[in-house]
Amino acid sequence: MTVLNLLVLVCLLYVVLLFGVAFAADRAARIGRASWLRSSAVYTLSLSIYCTAWTFYGAVGFAARSGLEFVTIYLGPTLVMIGWWWTLRRLVRVGRSQRITSIADLISSRYGKSNLLAVLVTVLAVVGTTPYIALQLQSVTLSFAAFAKAEPSPTALPDMQSTALWVAAGLAVFTILFGTRNLDANERHHGVVMAIAMEAVVKLCALLAVGVFVVWGLSGGIGATLARIEASPIARFEVSGSRWVGLTLLSAMAFLTLPRMFQVLVVENEEDEHLRTAAWAFPTYLMLMSLFVVPIAVVGLELLPADANPDLFVLTLPLSEGRDGLAILSFLGGFSSATSMVIVAAIALSTMVSNHVVMPIWLHYSGRAAVVAGDVRTVALMARRLSIGGVLFLGYIYFRLSGGGTALAAIGLIAFVGVAQFLPALMGGLFWRGATRIGALAGLAFGAAVWLYCLFLPSFGPSVLLPQAVFDHGPWGLSWLRPRALFGTEGMDPVIHALMWSLLLNVSAFVLGSLLSFPQPLERLQGAQFVNASDRANAPGGWSGGMAQSEDLLLMAQRIMGAREAQALFASAARRQGVSGYLPEPSPDFLQELERALAGSVGAATAHAMVGQIVGGASVTVEDLMAVADEAAQIMEYSSQLEAKSQELARTARQLRQANETLTQISVQKDGFLSQISHELRTPMTSIRAFSEILRDTQDLTPDEQSKYATIIHDETVRLTRLLDDLLDLSVLENGQVDLNIQTGTLEALLDRSVRAAGGDGEGFRILRDRGSEQVELATDLDRLAQVFINLISNARKYCDAIPPVLSIRATVAEGRLVVDFVDNGSGISTDKHAVIFEKFSRIGQTKASGAGLGLAICREIMERLGGDISYLPGQKGAAFRVTLPLAEDRMAAQ
Amino acid sequence: MGKKVLLIEDEPNIIEAISFILSRDGWEVKTHANGHDAMDAVRRRAPDLIILDVMLPGKSGYDILGEIRHDADYASTPVLMLTARGQTRDRELAERAGVNRYMTKPFSNADVLAAVRDLVGT
Repeated sequence: MTVLNLLVLVCLLYVVLLFGVAFAADRAARIGRASWLRSSAVYTLSLSIYCTAWTFYGAVGFAARSGLEFVTIYLGPTLVMIGWWWTLRRLVRVGRSQRITSIADLISSRYGKSNLLAVLVTVLAVVGTTPYIALQLQSVTLSFAAFAKAEPSPTALPDMQSTALWVAAGLAVFTILFGTRNLDANERHHGVVMAIAMEAVVKLCALLAVGVFVVWGLSGGIGATLARIEASPIARFEVSGSRWVGLTLLSAMAFLTLPRMFQVLVVENEEDEHLRTAAWAFPTYLMLMSLFVVPIAVVGLELLPADANPDLFVLTLPLSEGRDGLAILSFLGGFSSATSMVIVAAIALSTMVSNHVVMPIWLHYSGRAAVVAGDVRTVALMARRLSIGGVLFLGYIYFRLSGGGTALAAIGLIAFVGVAQFLPALMGGLFWRGATRIGALAGLAFGAAVWLYCLFLPSFGPSVLLPQAVFDHGPWGLSWLRPRALFGTEGMDPVIHALMWSLLLNVSAFVLGSLLSFPQPLERLQGAQFVNASDRANAPGGWSGGMAQSEDLLLMAQRIMGAREAQALFASAARRQGVSGYLPEPSPDFLQELERALAGSVGAATAHAMVGQIVGGASVTVEDLMAVADEAAQIMEYSSQLEAKSQELARTARQLRQANETLTQISVQKDGFLSQISHELRTPMTSIRAFSEILRDTQDLTPDEQSKYATIIHDETVRLTRLLDDLLDLSVLENGQVDLNIQTGTLEALLDRSVRAAGGDGEGFRILRDRGSEQVELATDLDRLAQVFINLISNARKYCDAIPPVLSIRATVAEGRLVVDFVDNGSGISTDKHAVIFEKFSRIGQTKASGAGLGLAICREIMERLGGDISYLPGQKGAAFRVTLPLAEDRMAAQ
Repeated sequence: MGKKVLLIEDEPNIIEAISFILSRDGWEVKTHANGHDAMDAVRRRAPDLIILDVMLPGKSGYDILGEIRHDADYASTPVLMLTARGQTRDRELAERAGVNRYMTKPFSNADVLAAVRDLVGT
């Protein structure tokens, strides 16, 4: 059995082991017995995907070519983990609270869910990561080739292209199997994480083992190794300051923005507490990984032939010494580095591609019906799987195109500069509320363009994608636009050159764009959420709360639904679950039921947000808030309608109250009126009864007495009759049932008639008239008007207390109205009575006349019906009444 | 004989009727026709019995009854009240003011006579 065959077998077994570990971890997580899966150790180890095949093999090559410069690649992440872990914590908290699925998702969420931004980030990430994936394929292929070359029979040399294809296909299968089990991209991929954690251990062990072998087995101990290093050309490499700083910064930036790093750092993070451990553990891991890089490089340069690829020293050193076992372990380390990177990168990229490119397009073309139909899930999963395949295929194509010739480190740095373009938008989004979508778009666009033009396209070499002429003289002969010497900055390192210009333009465009544009409401809200994220620590998520969560839920439900209903709901759910007591497990079914119940009171969005707040540990997202706001707006509109209604009701109630008061008043008046009538009727009846009994029972009455008493009875009967007549008359007048009988005649004639009816003008009662003024033609109900005159004359006759009593009647015509004044020479009516004399039963003075006090009330009603008026004239010597009546036009002309 | 009755009433015909009935029964009847100086009339006449109308010019029968009941000399003088307002509320007002007998108009002559005899205790 040759070493190569053994290698293939070990490799296959290793892959089977990876599948097994991933499968077991997934299973353990699903049945909820995997608390160790969520340990900070696993989290720290998963971060080691930062160390790809580039680090595993390439760092040695880097050291062999440029000395200590490789350290920058470890220094950047170390600085970030130690010095900037609170930024990572904010990133992780924002990621969890916003249910972020990728860096594209995070940036687009921050800038108001801009899909354009998400697409831009996705495209840039794919373009930047594809060479990186190609790099991994290349490293696996090269390492295979290294084994093949060591074979005694060169006929066994495998086809490099097919090796890469097989590796890519295998990785695609693995990633699809364990990366797309669940639709929820935000959910942790326990299987994948576990597998890469294991790979992290393998690659560290392999590198350490090779290192130990090199130092103690080949070099002869620490002292001897240090001496070799001192003697080697590596010690004499001068690292330029700008390149040192630039590369450190670059690796720090890439650590934050590489899609795969974002995936393990943020998306797969279980608790922000894990960051605390990772802050020291991950730098330690990096230190261990870099420990033997220089010795291996030095020894490799010394022992191996000059044409040996320094990138493969880790593999070729043990091979050349015949240590096949160590070589295989080393190969597995490189294989692990490559595969873990490709798997996570594929998951991260496929999430971005399917969520921000495929799904929006599919939803756009299939319309809303699909969302309702529920096949979104299938489509989303399919999109993710196809995206994984696509990403890996792209990597393979790039590998084929680039021909696998370029040095590993160079490809890695190109990718680093590409993803570093996310940094301004990312950090600006986290720390600067003024950052806007326009700014982020502008910055990304400029940065990406410069990166493409200055670094990515030239990386294929002259005349592949960019013609040689552009390299030498710039496009269209514009020399200041030469890709390697932008704006005349000649003689710079290409990576530093591209990094400087791309970030400079990126940041400038980002800041300028942000300052010059106004964020939309959603953007502002999101910005506030992101920038303020660190102020509140979220409880760790998951379903571990159990009964404590149920209790919180019950407390909340009681407030909304009322204690009895909430308890009934919980108790019945507990019974259905077979749980003793009144608190059910917060199972998804129960939570849905609860949400529905709460939605009835507070609206669906609010209910969802509330339940999510308690159970999910996730804070409320902006969409939730927007939905809540919509509901609140509806409720407000509803309540303003209610308010309008209640105002209307209040108005109606006020009107009703007024009506009731009026009715009560009328009722009181009616009672008073009935009481008055009763009195007015009973008084004459009393006399009638008393005297009729006297006449009946008394035998010895004189004829005079008999006559006198009979007369009283008669008079009282007449009084009674008149009272009844007046009452009926008044009732008719008040009800408006009067038919006026319009006649014509002169005022003089009418007054003559009235004076006669009221007892005439005689010695005991003088009436003074000016007949000249009475020549007025009237056209009205003369009988009713006469009734008024008679009443006034009778009253004067009855009540005038002067001796001799005199009544003067004067008529005048003014402004189309006839005015007749009745003034006597008596003492008049006292001022306090003026207001009531026209009311019913208001008798003036104490004189017991035959009237019941209805006369003036009747006069007032009559004058009203005739369109005129009757009033008391104060300030005259005696009692004075004025009657006014409108005159018809033609009658006036007759005057 | 010779018991004195003061009749406070403003209807002339009713005054005439009651005076006639009581005189024939041997009572000395004095009359007074308005409310405001009714109490003066009471003091002046010092009656054994007062017959009081309710609706009087100047002052209501209830007020006059109140004044009588507050005058030490006449607090126990029996008062027969005659009124044309026959509602329950009026009767209650009269009883609260301390009336001895309450009769509504129109009345039977015999009843008035019997009430007067009863109240004076002859």
